Amino acid sequence: MSPEAYLILSGIIFSIGAMGVLLRRNAIVAFMSIELMLNAGNLALVSSSRTWGNLTGQVSAFFVMIIAACEVVIGLAIIVTIFRSRRSASVDEPSLLRW
Amino acid sequence: MISNLPQAEALVLQPATGIFTFIWLLVALPLIGAFLILTFGKYLKNSAPYLAIGLSSASFVLGFTMFLQMLARPESQRGFVSNVYQWISSGDLNVSFGLQLDQLSIAFVLLITFVGTMIHIYSLGYMEHDENRGRFFGYLNLFVAAMLLLVLADNYLLLYVGWEGVGLASYLLIGFWQSKHSAATAAKKAFVVNRVGDFGLSLAIMTMFLAFGSFSFSVVNAGIQNAQDWLALTIGLLLLLAAAGKSAQFPLQSWLLDAMEGPTPVSALIHAATMVTAGVYLIVRSASIFNASETARNAVIIVGAISLILGAIIGAAKEDIKKALAGSTMSQIGFMILAAGLGPVGYVFAILHLITHGFFKAVMFLGAGSVMHATNDNVNMRRYGGLSKVMVFTFGTFMVGYLAIIGIPPFAGFYSKEYILEAAFSHSIWVGLITLFGAGLTAFYMTRMVIWTFLSPARWQEGVHPHESPKSMTVPMMVLAVGAAVIGFALTYNHVFEHWLEPVTGFTEPQAPISVTALTLITLTTVAAGVLLAIYLYRNISPETPQDVNFLTRAARQDMYGDAANEALLMRPGQKVTAGLVKFDEKAIDGTFLGLANMVWGASRLLRQTGTGYVRSYAAYIVGGTLLLMFLLLIVRL
Repeated sequence: MSPEAYLILSGIIFSIGAMGVLLRRNAIVAFMSIELMLNAGNLALVSSSRTWGNLTGQVSAFFVMIIAACEVVIGLAIIVTIFRSRRSASVDEPSLLRW
Repeated sequence: MISNLPQAEALVLQPATGIFTFIWLLVALPLIGAFLILTFGKYLKNSAPYLAIGLSSASFVLGFTMFLQMLARPESQRGFVSNVYQWISSGDLNVSFGLQLDQLSIAFVLLITFVGTMIHIYSLGYMEHDENRGRFFGYLNLFVAAMLLLVLADNYLLLYVGWEGVGLASYLLIGFWQSKHSAATAAKKAFVVNRVGDFGLSLAIMTMFLAFGSFSFSVVNAGIQNAQDWLALTIGLLLLLAAAGKSAQFPLQSWLLDAMEGPTPVSALIHAATMVTAGVYLIVRSASIFNASETARNAVIIVGAISLILGAIIGAAKEDIKKALAGSTMSQIGFMILAAGLGPVGYVFAILHLITHGFFKAVMFLGAGSVMHATNDNVNMRRYGGLSKVMVFTFGTFMVGYLAIIGIPPFAGFYSKEYILEAAFSHSIWVGLITLFGAGLTAFYMTRMVIWTFLSPARWQEGVHPHESPKSMTVPMMVLAVGAAVIGFALTYNHVFEHWLEPVTGFTEPQAPISVTALTLITLTTVAAGVLLAIYLYRNISPETPQDVNFLTRAARQDMYGDAANEALLMRPGQKVTAGLVKFDEKAIDGTFLGLANMVWGASRLLRQTGTGYVRSYAAYIVGGTLLLMFLLLIVRL
């Protein structure tokens, strides 16, 4: 079985995710796009693991999942807090962290 | 005249045995006193002065015992060296904390500890009412320790430690009454001027290390014999600068007159009898260097001659009794420096005069202190007069000092000055005449001082009732007066002092062009002329300072314009240089760095435009950066 198809799929999903982060204003959508990119990475890791016949890639994928889960918890909390104070989930609204 | 004098036989020093292993104790005793008094003075209270006196006299007793032991030994075995410990050991630099006790050192040890102890005792009465007298005695002990280290060191580096130590003690004691503005300023001035001289000494020491790889007297003495002329000249001139600073010789004389702001016992001990003569010691100790360079010796003679005359003129015009005595000190040290510059013919007499001067000048300074004590600390001689009747002991001891300094036989100064004159005349007629003139001036200004203070009718300030000082002051004065009376005869009887010092300094018999008897007669005539002139001029003394005086008096009242010259030659140009440097600093250096900072600031102003605060633009930078990196990696691969 050739891993090429999986890798190409992974690249496509990653690109969709990246475009989503860059182009969409809604914070929830941007967040989902980030999840897409992480899962694209996981897919690449798992398929490589299969190709080389060892478990390193799969173990790494587990780590990524756990970190992604933590990140979701914190990220959603931030988004909810911002939404409460600003009544908006747009990522372009809060731009105070600048010179 | 030959340029290089024959060098004295190298002095053979023995390792210290018996009592001589305790040379370090000479320095340690007063040092312990200084440490205890200055650290635990609060708990010692009134016993501090007695502790100081006790330790200083213990040092004298030990020194005297060593002196007797040395006397009992044959002439060639009287020098000892005692290595206390290895002080510095670093690569080629090995310096031991070595103490050298030879015929020259012991003379100084006895002078310092004896006169020092006497002045400690005198201070007991003089400082009785000062609430800080504990600290005063601590400083005095510190001075004695540092001075002993100076004369006992067996290498120049250790000598330098003592040299700086006495400078420190001098600074602390001049400024002892530090709440007085003039005293604080005088202390600072003495310190700064002394630094100029110390600079010369440190350069001389570095030059010695470069040339001979060692600081010890023996190595330098041996090395200088085969050294180039310019080396001896350089070291000699640097040592002369050091001596001029410490001994208040021209052109570094200006601090000594101001140093009289300190308590009078300090003026007697440090600024008359001992510390200021350290320059003479340095030159005599470095005899082999000066023997090797005639130019350096001539420079020493010139400096001595100028100081001799300048000091005497200042002494003849000052109305402040202590400043007149300070001028006299400068002049008398000029005699010693001049004698030391004559070479082996004069070294011994320089030291002889140093010792007799130590006694008679200490007596006169203590007498001046006693007079001040009696007249509510008045120092203006115009308001003295008639004190011979109310202060019999002070007058008597002062007269002994007076007769000694102007050189009336059989008082001490006669012998030492006579020998210096003989040596000076055997060098050249001009040096001899200057010295003779100086002797005449000495007689003049000292007679003036005696007339103004003791003999003329009283011109006391209102409310002043002079009285004799307490026993603790008069007894040391009497002891020192006995010394001033007999020590000259005792030391020159049968040429005992010349023989004593000859193994260390070398000695050649002076060959004056006229007979010794004729020279003595000429000197005594000159002295008598000075005395008579003073008696004639000062028949009437006005209690107010006259203003219509001749140029010389005006100049002398201004310390011969020494301060003005320093100001014009050094201070103002120095201020200009610093002003220029400040400007350079502001314009060039600050400009460069401020310009650089501005450039960075401008660049960062551009860069910070990219920090927009929008999350999506940051994400775009990350994506763009990653793509760029990948692209670059691809190019490198291909």
